[in-house]
Amino acid sequence: MATSVTAHAHAGPQGFIRKYIFSLDHKVIGIQYFFLALTAVWVGMFLSLLMRIHLLWPGVTLPLVGDIKPETYLSLLTMHGTIMVFFVLTTAPQGGFGNYFLPIQIGAPDMAFPVLNMLSFWTTFVAFVVIIAAFFVSGGAPLHGWTGYPPLSALQSAGPGEGLGADLWITSIAIFCLASLMGALNFLTTTLDMRAKGMTMMRMPLTVWSWFITAILGLLAFGVLLSAGILLLMDRNMGTSFYVPLVVVNGQIMGHKGGSPLLWQHLFWFFGHPEVYIAILPGMGVASQILSTFSRKPIFGYKAMVYAMLAIGFFGFMVWGHHMFMSGMSPYSAFAFSLLTMCIGVPSAIKTFNWLGTMYKARIRFQTPMLYAIGFVSLFVSGGLSGPFLAQPVLDIQLHDTYFVVGHFHLIMGVAAIFGMFAATYYWVPKMFGRMMNETWGRIHFFITLAGTYAIFMPMHYLGIAGGTRRYSQYTEVAYLQKLMPLHQFMTYAAIITIAAQFIFVINLFWSIFRGPKASDNPWESTTLEWTTATPPPHDNFGGVTPVVHNGPYEYAVPGAARDFVMQTDPAAGTTH
Amino acid sequence: MADATLQHTATAGHGLAGEFEAPLFGAYSKKVGMWLFLASDSLTFGALLFAFSYNRIYTVWPTPFGKDSIINATVMTACLLSSSLTMVMAVFAAQRNDRAWTRNWLLATMAFGTAFIVLHGMEWTKLIHEGLTLPGFPKPAGQDAGEFAKISTGVPQFAATFFGLTAMHMLHVTIGVIYLGVVALRKWFLPILGVIWLGATFLIPADNVFHYAVHALLLGLIVAAIILFLKPKVYDAHDVEVCGLYWHFVDLVWMFIFPLVYLMSTKI
Repeated sequence: MATSVTAHAHAGPQGFIRKYIFSLDHKVIGIQYFFLALTAVWVGMFLSLLMRIHLLWPGVTLPLVGDIKPETYLSLLTMHGTIMVFFVLTTAPQGGFGNYFLPIQIGAPDMAFPVLNMLSFWTTFVAFVVIIAAFFVSGGAPLHGWTGYPPLSALQSAGPGEGLGADLWITSIAIFCLASLMGALNFLTTTLDMRAKGMTMMRMPLTVWSWFITAILGLLAFGVLLSAGILLLMDRNMGTSFYVPLVVVNGQIMGHKGGSPLLWQHLFWFFGHPEVYIAILPGMGVASQILSTFSRKPIFGYKAMVYAMLAIGFFGFMVWGHHMFMSGMSPYSAFAFSLLTMCIGVPSAIKTFNWLGTMYKARIRFQTPMLYAIGFVSLFVSGGLSGPFLAQPVLDIQLHDTYFVVGHFHLIMGVAAIFGMFAATYYWVPKMFGRMMNETWGRIHFFITLAGTYAIFMPMHYLGIAGGTRRYSQYTEVAYLQKLMPLHQFMTYAAIITIAAQFIFVINLFWSIFRGPKASDNPWESTTLEWTTATPPPHDNFGGVTPVVHNGPYEYAVPGAARDFVMQTDPAAGTTH
Repeated sequence: MADATLQHTATAGHGLAGEFEAPLFGAYSKKVGMWLFLASDSLTFGALLFAFSYNRIYTVWPTPFGKDSIINATVMTACLLSSSLTMVMAVFAAQRNDRAWTRNWLLATMAFGTAFIVLHGMEWTKLIHEGLTLPGFPKPAGQDAGEFAKISTGVPQFAATFFGLTAMHMLHVTIGVIYLGVVALRKWFLPILGVIWLGATFLIPADNVFHYAVHALLLGLIVAAIILFLKPKVYDAHDVEVCGLYWHFVDLVWMFIFPLVYLMSTKI
């Protein structure tokens, strides 16, 4: 069959709707996901800005928004968390960049199930519309935080926003679960079944490995959240009591009895903990790819990187209990969960060591993608180090529900993952849109954002240790927290500056897409398959031929080679991997 | 199985030639996809069974099922088990390219599946009339003294887990029957499904709990129509095998629900 390859490039659909709206092309779907996440991140960021302003000036009336009441503050934090976790951290790295580059990097013409791929995007879109609708119904958005703990989330009368708003919130999450399941199914099948000749599992770029492992986590975690959400909807609308014990709200006995809020916590965190790895793993893959490319060195310990990611994924499913140390669990279970959580530190440290090993004694090219990849490693370390503190039940009881936790997960799951996305954007936009992004503004954006995020989230650790509780809407009336207000003031100013700096990014992005200098096929001198094809890639990625792979993904500085890099499709370089 | 013609059904649609790495498990994409879906679906059911067990452990669990219910559930189990057998026969027939018998065996499987749904529906109706209801639904008149009525108020988790688990499973069986119908009869199944939907719309009163089935059927009708519009091909042995995987899984889930929900709650 290989001898008589009849290469006939398949032309894509021509009509506007089939080409750009209901497209089956994984590249268009990837871009759709990317812009959906970009929209969502602005909404989420705007909500966080309102929160920071409210913490500093609780009484102020804002133009267009009006007064922020204490319950409005809770709505803001609920929607900020939910939108950021689901529609940004899960959507952009996996749905966006994964969809676009996974098939190209393994040499496939498209995903295994293109129709399913399109459905998965449009289902995500519906989920986004439903959750935004929660702002506009009577009562407004729900108050129960992104974790949705019952009884608050399970009772219609528990507060404003716990009526229709909370129903919409749960419905949106359930729809999102279905979309993620379809996506994960597609990613896994594509990776298992559609690799080009020579693309063995151990020759896949680490980005592909990270999307693959993320898809495994998504496949196994979202089904559980779906079930938990269905039971919560039953509690709210059919009067069942899965999660609700006998409770009294405003002097009225509710009709529920015998349920346990802990059931929700188990089910939710069985999903919730893998979810944080769903957010961070693609960032790890992108960081590995970029660090190796811009250091002009093979990635240090490729196999160790793969096994470390697999180990992180595996342990990720066994540590959900560390979110529940305060729930009165048996000290023996707490001990086991604590120990398993500490185990995750080992593969994480291996990865960090390997990233540093990749950069060690390298001729590093400090371009914007590289800066963001280094920023990712920095944030991953700073955010990760507070993890072992929180994994200790004894310390966790002190730090639970304080700003220490908020600082921890924002650094590692929030900002580190976002830095991974920034790195991916600066790295891949030339391939996706055929234009280079502006380097100077990219660097300015990087340094403001790096300094800004540290300025926002590092003080949260001090706040937390000093006893600053999270989720309170006002600290101005509490005497012992009054002394901490200067810290809040500092964080709010830092947040305003950092958010303002994001306009640089968006303007740079859109200006570059339309007006940037034309990109060559391989502007970064990378080795993986997406850089072997045209820019932007044709409809079936490789113009009708399937590439044949002879090399590992990171053959830089190969002794005896003509250039300092060997593409995956070049004749065998005769080195490792 | 892994010869060149079967190897890449997924890439064939792109009109591309070229060689690919052998699939990791030697399986074609649709089969891998179905296995992965089943892995995820088993966790969905796993979560529901966890919720059931969690409630059962922390509560003095009632054991109200008498002879009638157990006999009924046993017949339902027999239906599902037999349907798995006919499904295997359908796969064999498809593999030896016997169109007629593939269709006949698939229809037999659907018949057993439908019998399961009908028996299950009768069981639900009986239990609801004896007072086993969810708090959010109206109680049947004059039935507040029976054993099931007492359980509904005393241990609300019993009715909640019973209806939650069995409804989720019944939904899966319904989807399965529609799926089999599409594979067996293709576009000729749409008018049949349409008639069933119309019948259900007019025959099931709006205050009956089974009125939900009307919406499920309509949704199934729409999805089936879309799929048949997008992929109007004849289904081959692979498609029959993949839908068989789904059907056996639904059967397997019942093998957990039957002992956990029924047999462990038998009146002794």
